[in-house]
Amino acid sequence: MNSTTNEIIKEKEYTTLNLGPTHPATHGIFQNVMKMDGELIVEAEPTIGYIHRAFEKLAERRPYGQITPITDRMNYCSSPINNMGWHMTAEKLAGIEIPKRVQYLRVIIMELSRIADHIICNSVIGVDSGAMTGFLYVFQWREDIYEIFEELCGARLTTNIGRIGGLERDFSQKAWLKIERLLKDLPGGLKEFENLLVRNRIFMDRTIKCGPISADRALAYGFTGPNLRAAGVDYDVRVMNPYSSYQDFDFIVPIGTNGDTYDRFMVRENEMWQSMSIIKQAMEKLDRLDDKTSFHADVPEYFLPEKDEVYNTMEGLIWHFKIIMGETQMPKGEVYHSVEGGNGELGFYLISDGGRTPYRLHFRRPCFIYYQAYPEMVKGAFLSDAILTMSSMNVIAGELDA
Amino acid sequence: MSNITAELAIEKLNNQFGDQIISSEMLYDFLTVTVAKKSVKDVIKFLHDDAELNCHFLTTMCGLHYPDQAEQFGVMYQLHNMVANFRIRIKTFTADAEPVFETITDIWPAANWMEREAYDFFGFRFHGHPKLKRILNMDSLEGWPLRKEFPLEDPFRADKDDKMFGR
Repeated sequence: MNSTTNEIIKEKEYTTLNLGPTHPATHGIFQNVMKMDGELIVEAEPTIGYIHRAFEKLAERRPYGQITPITDRMNYCSSPINNMGWHMTAEKLAGIEIPKRVQYLRVIIMELSRIADHIICNSVIGVDSGAMTGFLYVFQWREDIYEIFEELCGARLTTNIGRIGGLERDFSQKAWLKIERLLKDLPGGLKEFENLLVRNRIFMDRTIKCGPISADRALAYGFTGPNLRAAGVDYDVRVMNPYSSYQDFDFIVPIGTNGDTYDRFMVRENEMWQSMSIIKQAMEKLDRLDDKTSFHADVPEYFLPEKDEVYNTMEGLIWHFKIIMGETQMPKGEVYHSVEGGNGELGFYLISDGGRTPYRLHFRRPCFIYYQAYPEMVKGAFLSDAILTMSSMNVIAGELDA
Repeated sequence: MSNITAELAIEKLNNQFGDQIISSEMLYDFLTVTVAKKSVKDVIKFLHDDAELNCHFLTTMCGLHYPDQAEQFGVMYQLHNMVANFRIRIKTFTADAEPVFETITDIWPAANWMEREAYDFFGFRFHGHPKLKRILNMDSLEGWPLRKEFPLEDPFRADKDDKMFGR
């Protein structure tokens, strides 16, 4: 009997799996339509835009100072960095020189928020690989950082911190105490977190070679930030185009080699240590500065006057109203300013026609650009690895969807 | 680390493309070159392939709309040479009512979603794009939201009318 007649010729059947849309509190609202062969992913098709809020259109109708709250809602894990990035863009356009002390204060805020961002991302990698413990430990430090933000600006998540021209107020004594306490406590907590995961056999087996990307592909896909550095490219905006006096600081840009989940985790882990060192350096530098009080540049046309001046002087009252109503003149021009956000190069491309609002404002949102590599990164991987890959990429839905 | 000056880049582009380079200027710290629409892809490809300029990274791109200009629609690309830290912005404008640009997804896969975004918000088509459809807005949306004539809010809403300051 001919053997071929017995063979059942069956076309391979694939399953289509809708991964998401997930609840916003998990990783944000994501949906992936996956073509599965058993547990292997053949194709993934991300759907994005569930929380699109038309930020670029909104920005065309808002005075410059009112755009800061929009930037809060992009990468909401590190909103202070977005706020500062926007202030610096507007300051670049207006040619405002910021005092050294304010620049260092801003560095402290930005590095604190980088730590908060990386704490969330790294501990969630732990959760997605089955280790809830670390997540519960380190959230204490994130809470401490949010308390510092609360002390500085009154808000925790959507901070709206700082103003064009400086900060809205000086750091209080309580804020300095909280920062000092964090710097004392965090190293121990972080060490404990690292002891749980870094050399943990299970964690390593789960994350090494999970969702890798080569340096070439990462660059082609427009990766920036820790994801690009994990692939071995030492590109960091803080070093390449220093802003807010980052050139005064001595820090290492950690890089990985394989661009996989473990490397991304390790790069973020090392960045947190570097951020702590930057904060310490900034505090030392502040101690050495003669200037102990300034918290904004002397630009009455952009920076809101003190309430005392508003009530008691004519000029104060005029500036107050002009700024609040968005009637201050911004020069005509076109600027691009970028900062190293929690997950990559966050850029602001601003066209001003001299009016009260930007003529056009485009946000270069890092995760919108690199998330498109996701289907390529999870092709042929297990479903569980796909989840892990996504959490290790630090994709923030608010930023993705603008 | 080699040093690329704006003059060198402009000279190279002028030698290669001549009258296709419409203007070039420094806008703050950023070299901005305006290019005729039909050769914008060649210019980008040249910047990408040239061994010295080596603009290997696409930082961002976005659509532009100036309703008062004759050439009202435009696209802006920002390229980056990370080794020399050289950045350049390429702009191109067109008077077409329904502009079609060449895709650059074959140079950078990163351009895929950026071009979809430009399509989604401005209605620009990109010739050769693998899957040009809306990305952030819903598929059934009518109109192109970031064009200047598109209203920010529903004009028929009466509940938020403010006589003093408008809407």
